[in-house]
Amino acid sequence: MFDFSLFLSSLPRLFAAVPATLELFAAIVIAGLLVGVPTALAGLSSSRLMSNAVKFYIGAFRGTPALVQLFFLYYGFGQFAFIRHSIVWPLLRDPFTCAVIALGLNSGAYTARILMGGLTAVPKGIVEAAEALGLGRLTILTRIKAPIAVRIALPAYANETILNLKATSLASTVTIMELTGTSKLLVSETYAPYEIFVAAGLVYLAMTFIVSHTFRFLEVTVARHTGKDSGVTKTRKPKQHAVLKSEDSGGAHAS
Amino acid sequence: MSSFTLNGYGELILLGALTTLLVALAAAAFGTVIGVLMAAAKLSQSRILRQIAGAYTTTIRGVPDLLVIFLVYYGGSATLSHVMGRPIEINAFGAGALSLGFVFGAYATEIFRGAILEVPRGQVEAAAALGLSGTDSFAHVIAPQAWRLAVPAFGNQLTVLLKETALVSLVGLEDLMRRTGFAVEATNRPFFFYLVAGVVYFVLSYAMTNAFGSVRRKTSAALAR
Repeated sequence: MFDFSLFLSSLPRLFAAVPATLELFAAIVIAGLLVGVPTALAGLSSSRLMSNAVKFYIGAFRGTPALVQLFFLYYGFGQFAFIRHSIVWPLLRDPFTCAVIALGLNSGAYTARILMGGLTAVPKGIVEAAEALGLGRLTILTRIKAPIAVRIALPAYANETILNLKATSLASTVTIMELTGTSKLLVSETYAPYEIFVAAGLVYLAMTFIVSHTFRFLEVTVARHTGKDSGVTKTRKPKQHAVLKSEDSGGAHAS
Repeated sequence: MSSFTLNGYGELILLGALTTLLVALAAAAFGTVIGVLMAAAKLSQSRILRQIAGAYTTTIRGVPDLLVIFLVYYGGSATLSHVMGRPIEINAFGAGALSLGFVFGAYATEIFRGAILEVPRGQVEAAAALGLSGTDSFAHVIAPQAWRLAVPAFGNQLTVLLKETALVSLVGLEDLMRRTGFAVEATNRPFFFYLVAGVVYFVLSYAMTNAFGSVRRKTSAALAR
């Protein structure tokens, strides 16, 4: 029943679709960071208006399916003539740009939430010590808080990045011929769903494997640079108190 | 035609929301059963069972949900057509519940496994010292405590599942997403109707999150000493 030669012969065409998936993936991750980092900082600012706006943004994107967000952007904005006649129309008409904007904004919301969690989990004592040393607010943020927050947030961000890789498949719904779109096209040509979808699944698995191992390596590296030894790598989610206890890490990364 | 009225599509959309809830419920029920079984397999003495469960969770979590849905739907249709000797398309609701159940099950496996491992060893030893059998110890000592630990992550995953159901519209399930698509086609007002769909999804997921907040309060109150 499982035609192995068909499975093998579908692989070259699936591999040819991998660059499109990877391009989308990279663009979404970058867009997510570009949106997520400032959003996280705005969300933690003392301005009530800013933190409420961030709360609304995160809530709206976390509370609705990514598919709705994508269709809303891709189909929704073309409804209005003034948008069709504006300079943004060439961007909104392009499915790739639309997918990157919609999924990037989606990722930005999750990324901001993860970073806010990491930043608020930085032990107060370390920040107070830095203030006592007379460091400026920007220095405290970039040299003291950010490295520790990144270490705390990295496992959750690794998961978010893998979800981004998987979310690229949604782009197939707006006519982009990435891996999922290509495999669906191949199935309609060959009527062999098992062979082709399984082959596509294996290609995705290889990609997620590489991404998750890259992050494991990053976790070890970041842990070393912030004065925390490799214990972090065993448990995917480091226990909060284990992280909070490491008061000594303040000195290690200042050097 | 005003651009901000439902034009009689309100009912259609609500009906779609009901389908969305039902498919999420079916997938959650199926996925929870898989999750319990696979968590048990992951924690078992048998190496083969552990490997099967490990392969299952790794595969599902490394592959887009949309691909799983396509595999189940088009694969199921192909198999059934082959068996019956004529072209048949399988039921989108069944395919959706099955595939999203598989996906939900993989995440539930990890949640249950983690929760069971977090129950203090002393509790298990105390149950054994009291002479409770393995099943009794699990049912009366481990499971109630593990459940309490699992509730927050489980509730979170349910909300994720609810949003994932939108993907089943792509194989023809007439859920909230697809019925919104019908309204868009008929009225040519995608901005308004996809916004409405977003609001309905938001309300559903918000309600689900809050419902789980109260479950969490109840379960922790019942076990607090």
